[in-house]
Amino acid sequence: MADATGDKELYMRMLRRMMTIRRFDETVKDLVQSAELVGMAHVYIGEEAVAVGACAALRDDDYITGNHRSHGHPIAKGGDVRRAMAELLGKSTGFCKGKGGSMHLADFSIGILGESGIVASALPVAVGAALASKMQGNDRVVIPFFGDGASNQGACHEAMNLAAIWKLPVIFLCENNQYAVTTHFSESVAVENISDRSVAYNMPGVMVDGQDVVAMYEAVREAVARARAGEGPSLIEARTYRFEDHSEGLNRIIRDPYRTDEELEYWMQRDPIKLHEKTLIEQGIATQEEVDQVGAEVAVAIEEALQFARDSPYPEPEDLLTDMYADMIPIS
Amino acid sequence: MAVITFSDALNQAIKEEMRSDETVFIMGESIRGGIYGVTGGLSQEFGDRVIDTPLSECGFMGAAVGAAAVGMRPIVQSLASFAWVAMDQLVSQAAKMRYMFGGQVDLPIVYRWSLLYGNNSAAHHTDRHYPMFMNMPGLKIVIPTTPADAKGLLKTAIRTNDPVMFFEDNSLAGTRGEVPDGDHAVPFGVADVKREGSDVTVVALAGMVRRALSAAETLEEEGISVEVVDPRTIVPLDKETILKSVEKTGRLVVADPAHKSCSVASEISAMVAQEGFWTLQAPIQRVASLDCHFPFSPALEKLVFPNEEKIADAARAAVAA
Repeated sequence: MADATGDKELYMRMLRRMMTIRRFDETVKDLVQSAELVGMAHVYIGEEAVAVGACAALRDDDYITGNHRSHGHPIAKGGDVRRAMAELLGKSTGFCKGKGGSMHLADFSIGILGESGIVASALPVAVGAALASKMQGNDRVVIPFFGDGASNQGACHEAMNLAAIWKLPVIFLCENNQYAVTTHFSESVAVENISDRSVAYNMPGVMVDGQDVVAMYEAVREAVARARAGEGPSLIEARTYRFEDHSEGLNRIIRDPYRTDEELEYWMQRDPIKLHEKTLIEQGIATQEEVDQVGAEVAVAIEEALQFARDSPYPEPEDLLTDMYADMIPIS
Repeated sequence: MAVITFSDALNQAIKEEMRSDETVFIMGESIRGGIYGVTGGLSQEFGDRVIDTPLSECGFMGAAVGAAAVGMRPIVQSLASFAWVAMDQLVSQAAKMRYMFGGQVDLPIVYRWSLLYGNNSAAHHTDRHYPMFMNMPGLKIVIPTTPADAKGLLKTAIRTNDPVMFFEDNSLAGTRGEVPDGDHAVPFGVADVKREGSDVTVVALAGMVRRALSAAETLEEEGISVEVVDPRTIVPLDKETILKSVEKTGRLVVADPAHKSCSVASEISAMVAQEGFWTLQAPIQRVASLDCHFPFSPALEKLVFPNEEKIADAARAAVAA
């Protein structure tokens, strides 16, 4: 496998995607504040390197699944930010014509098999897609992204066992952002590291610095190679941190401070975008001007996406019942 | 036309569809051995397309969704009661996925559920929960009651591009009947009048169809002419055939082995009360299982679910009213 170190095109693409996710979710926060975005919104700020590094190791025809905190995953997989933003605003031009919203982005045309609002629920689905890859004789791999909280669900363990016994091409990617809403994983996980759980399923388990996009890329690339070669699943624990609260507006409800200022400060110093920028400049891969240029282009792209979403029509009442069934039946 | 059992009819449907479409596969617990009396021997012909799963209903019933989403046509077999372990996958994924994602994906899955009752299996293995799934949009629900319908409806189910819940009443497994030769497929949403009559309509579900037909024989001797309607699919429901029958007879009994409250009997009764009220000459009678768990003891179990006598009594009451 070629060494990716210093691959400028790859490093800059990963920078752009991380910046895009950051800008997207900063915009989401503003839209929630101004009440233009309704319903629940869970931003991915601070965790961008995980999805971006992982998806950089995938092909367009590989699959991913996500969860409630998944604005970042479709963007990392190459999804159209305009359609993502339109979906969040409930518009007919959204990925799901406004029927899914923030927690249910999907674009099957590029392998984004959708996001589940029920924690860990997409893991068995991901395993099924991998089973299909094997039965169809193609070498597509699947990455289900899930959190530390999901790793305690029965669905997660059933999915891992199935993938292991059937040697399926799955890279279980646990984004350990350390808190299930306000509960630290050390209070809910019986082993020290979630990656240790791989032992029970006879698959490799590795811990990766989830703030380091290059490390993420390399770890996932290795697991993808194994999966494509028919050597079965892997578990990757990306140790990361959620810079914001579980969901927008939750800070008005949560009364018991569950994280210290020191902890927050420590992780903010490990901002994945800043770390990657530093790598680019220190290794002489890109100049500060080039980095700033990407930031400026991303800002424009997100502004355009927001404009596109705002200009898009809402679905019509006659769209209500469409999409319920492939072979339609009367609905009363 | 060959006379075969209900179970063999299901086996034929699966075999024929697996032969004609290589994306069809089947999975479940110990199905290669054929624990439910339907799938034994399939693995000899179809090899890896017949998959024995671990006891992980949540896992493999969800895996069916993922496989279907990327081009496969899974059939999943299980005992009805094991659905509880997999409810999140059946509801949050199978039923909701297509709509939630704006119709981007078809999910051609058949979940085959073996319904046990009346055979002393006690409460944990005796569920008839199709009304619960009827309350969850996104699923099509099929309940065949003859070998011909079992085969024809299963073939349609496998070809349908939506998730189908296919309920197989175990009390019918060994029953025999004629099954048409050739590619016999029965459409969804078309009820079957299993017996014509003029005094009272009995809409019967699952194993209650046979019991309603026996009741009809008894009642004929008493001078009461019973029409027995088998909806065959409850989603979609053929309202027209039911309403037309009630219009003819003026009386309705609905016999359903599910628990009475919020049963399919309740739904059909409400539908007829709303849309066929002026054709009714007597109150509608629901004959269903008591809202009580199924006890193990043979002395008690038979008191819970409907039988021929209860259906006959309800029909007599409707006619006498």
